Amino acid sequence: MKDTNESRVTEDGRTIGGILMEMRNITLRFGGVVAIKDISFDIREGEIRAIIGPNGAGKSSMLNVISGFYHPQEGDVFFRGEKRPAMKPYQVANMGIARTFQNIALFEGMSVLDNIMTGRLTHMKSGMLAQAIWWGKAEREEIENRELVERVIDFLEIQAIRKTPVGRLPYGLKKRVELGRALASEPKLLLLDEPMAGMNVEEKEDMSRFILDVNDEFGTTIALIEHDMGVVMDLSDRVVVMDYGKKIGDGTPEEVRNNQDVIDAYLGVAHD
Amino acid sequence: MFYREAGDFNTSYKQDNQTFPIKFDRWRYYAVLAVAFGVVPFFINDYWANAVFVPFLIYTIAAIGLNILTGYCGQLSLGTGGFMAVGAYAVYKLMTAFPDVSIVIHVILAGGITAAVGVLFGLPSLRIKGFYLAVATLAAQFFLVWLFNRVPWFYNYSASGQISAPERTVVGVAVTGANTEAWAKYMISLVFVVACAWLARNLTRGTIGRKWMAIRDMDIAAEIIGVNPLTAKLSAFAVSSFFVGISGALFFSVYLGAVEVGEAFGIQKSFLVLFMIIIGGLGSIFGSFAGAAFLVLLPVLLKNTLVGGFGWATDLAAHFELVIVGGLIISFLIMEPHGLAQLWRVAKEKLRLWPFPH
Amino acid sequence: MPDQLLYAMEVTLNGLMAGVLYALVALGFVLIFKASGIFNYAQGVMALFAALTLVGIMEGQVPFANLINAIFGTEIHTFGWQVPAVLAIVLTLLVMILLAWCVQKFVMRHLVNQEPIILFMATIGLAYFLEGLGDLMWGSDIKKLDVGLPQGLNATIDDLTYGWFGYGFFIDNLDIIATVVAAVLVIGLTVFSQYSKQGRALRAVADDHQAALSVGISLNYIWVLVWSIAGFVALVAGIMWGTKSGVQFSLSLIALKALPVLMLGGFTSIPGAIVGGLIIGVGEKLFEFLIGPMVGGATENWFAYVLALLFLVFRPQGLFGEKIIERV
Repeated sequence: MKDTNESRVTEDGRTIGGILMEMRNITLRFGGVVAIKDISFDIREGEIRAIIGPNGAGKSSMLNVISGFYHPQEGDVFFRGEKRPAMKPYQVANMGIARTFQNIALFEGMSVLDNIMTGRLTHMKSGMLAQAIWWGKAEREEIENRELVERVIDFLEIQAIRKTPVGRLPYGLKKRVELGRALASEPKLLLLDEPMAGMNVEEKEDMSRFILDVNDEFGTTIALIEHDMGVVMDLSDRVVVMDYGKKIGDGTPEEVRNNQDVIDAYLGVAHD
Repeated sequence: MFYREAGDFNTSYKQDNQTFPIKFDRWRYYAVLAVAFGVVPFFINDYWANAVFVPFLIYTIAAIGLNILTGYCGQLSLGTGGFMAVGAYAVYKLMTAFPDVSIVIHVILAGGITAAVGVLFGLPSLRIKGFYLAVATLAAQFFLVWLFNRVPWFYNYSASGQISAPERTVVGVAVTGANTEAWAKYMISLVFVVACAWLARNLTRGTIGRKWMAIRDMDIAAEIIGVNPLTAKLSAFAVSSFFVGISGALFFSVYLGAVEVGEAFGIQKSFLVLFMIIIGGLGSIFGSFAGAAFLVLLPVLLKNTLVGGFGWATDLAAHFELVIVGGLIISFLIMEPHGLAQLWRVAKEKLRLWPFPH
Repeated sequence: MPDQLLYAMEVTLNGLMAGVLYALVALGFVLIFKASGIFNYAQGVMALFAALTLVGIMEGQVPFANLINAIFGTEIHTFGWQVPAVLAIVLTLLVMILLAWCVQKFVMRHLVNQEPIILFMATIGLAYFLEGLGDLMWGSDIKKLDVGLPQGLNATIDDLTYGWFGYGFFIDNLDIIATVVAAVLVIGLTVFSQYSKQGRALRAVADDHQAALSVGISLNYIWVLVWSIAGFVALVAGIMWGTKSGVQFSLSLIALKALPVLMLGGFTSIPGAIVGGLIIGVGEKLFEFLIGPMVGGATENWFAYVLALLFLVFRPQGLFGEKIIERV
């Protein structure tokens, strides 16, 4: 399965297609510090791909490279088989890559509804003049997109807080709203940076359910970073393991679990 | 008792998107418009027009403009006075160069010219943020005032260095110049305010408004979800300056009639408009009205009570006004950063539940 | 040597001296910004307020005389005594410390953890308040300030340069003193912040409020201290500016130029404030001298701001600031 580009069907009946995104020999440096060292891996259409590793392994930096926020000094990013030129983050978003953040990055001054509506920005094209007089295309577009956003709100079960300012919500709900914002853009690839950090068991279960449902119902490809090993092993189809900026393992959860390097990195190894 | 949303169901997203979703609000809004257009013009006299209504309306336009940039898009500007000057001088040049074209078109064009200048001075906002940008906008303020002061072409080589508005009419009624009647000044200002508020409301509730607010609340996250910071910030500068330019054009042509740039559009003006939106409420169109009304009325009231009532010297009253305005700004920032608009909202929340708060 | 070049040299020297005065005001900004992250727009007005108070005390004016007269219909203006300059300066310093305490107690304490832009706007409000208060207390007429600093042409330099070039440079004694005072201030403040206990606490607070709190540093005390020092710096700047051009409202506008100085130098660097001040001082004088006559003069009104603006576009962190790595 490793190097072919053919679709397959998983045991639970989901179709995993060809390679959607490929990172080839990525190296990222900040001054003298090497955050990512020569890492390659791919993400297939329809799969849930996890990136794990100890703190400071470079996972978030990798996500930032994918979303165009950091630009690697070496290596290339391929999206749908084509090399992606150096892009600004908003251009990456327009290609259909959405994400959530480790420390929630919602727009605190806006309501839940408006926050999720911002997820639709990449799809809304009416001009400024049309919006200024609020007539014809602008109004029609607003209502069409509102209907779509309401579906996301229903899906995430947050109807009741629709018009609440985001600043007033508790942590768990904020995480959910942030997922909603990413989902509203109907992404081809959804990046989740520690979607369950700081949650209790119940909230984690809810979030896991949402992630699986998104993947299952909409066929969205997901790449996620997570610290909770149980969750990662249950959710993901394939796992990349990073340590000190290097890739030390890549494969199905079972393969990774039995990888000696991975065990050493997590449990520590006697240095003599 | 009347202020209720119960029984007032929205059955479509279109209804839910209305500016005034509650019926009572909607009726009150129509009532205010009816009084403003149908009653006030018949009773207004020169004193009320010049001391209260006309400056209130014109400052409101400027406050709406600054609120779009600062309240909605989060880019603090201290150059409002300079941009108002651009509007004033643009309309002056247009009025004198094309006397046959309607003044309404000139005012709108002046807004457009100011928008272009605003975009130019907004370019640095792509690199610098926060109070760095605020200081950068001071460059616009000082440079523009200097420019209009020193380059004679702008004031048509007049000996005094001032500009003064010739008489222009709309549907046969003089709206600028010495012979303008109070109600005409009032009406033209009112028409522009209503139009500007309506446009601003539409812009801020739609896609572009969300882009602005996203940039304001967290610019990095905004960019990652697909907001192009270049177009978002520059469009805010353009739209904001458009309104500010219209305000400056009216301030000169309709309100003052003759203007010396350093006096009318100095840095004090920038602060005045900034204070209006802080007191009125950042990120609120209604707040722009409230703040402008407050800061136009405050000096009038102070002057009437202190100078007229207690017989104080005028300069003493002016100093007292500074202390009060400064104190108010600090109090509002400490106690109610969302300004009068928020106080109004809170009052309405209470009213909705009254008289059964539980 | 050609005259034009000599004039330019003289202009440069005078620009350097003016720059020192800008740097003096900028120093106050940097101190407060470093310790509390507050960009204190009111620094210029504080200098004006200090100068007004100093003149008022020296002349024996009754504070709020006009206000009292207006309310009670009395006719009091002065106590009828003159206070010696040194004593008056000490008294003014006490007033500035009291002001610092009030600012902390009534304003800044309630704005902890607010966004920087809100704090900035609050200091604009503070500037208005102080300006009005100063005028109410001491009246708004233009005052002469004379604390006994020598003023006028420095004869030694005039003679010396006349001997060298056949043209005597006009350098004001006051400017020379201002330079010396600024140098002493900078050295003193550096020593204070590096070696004294309070200075160390101050730097700790600047680095991380929370961490400083957790090792037992009183934020309240440190902030009062910082605002007091800033008040002291404002007093020094007020004395220099006030002696040079009289105590009047335009003083706070001149002081506003400390803002572009800071943009050049970076908000956190004391040497930056000095170098920035010198660049602006020399730059605007030379620009006015060389380009001014071609474009109608008075370019000093905007030159500093436009220079800072252009500079920032290319180097947003200032001359001495550190490059910021953005994270999400």
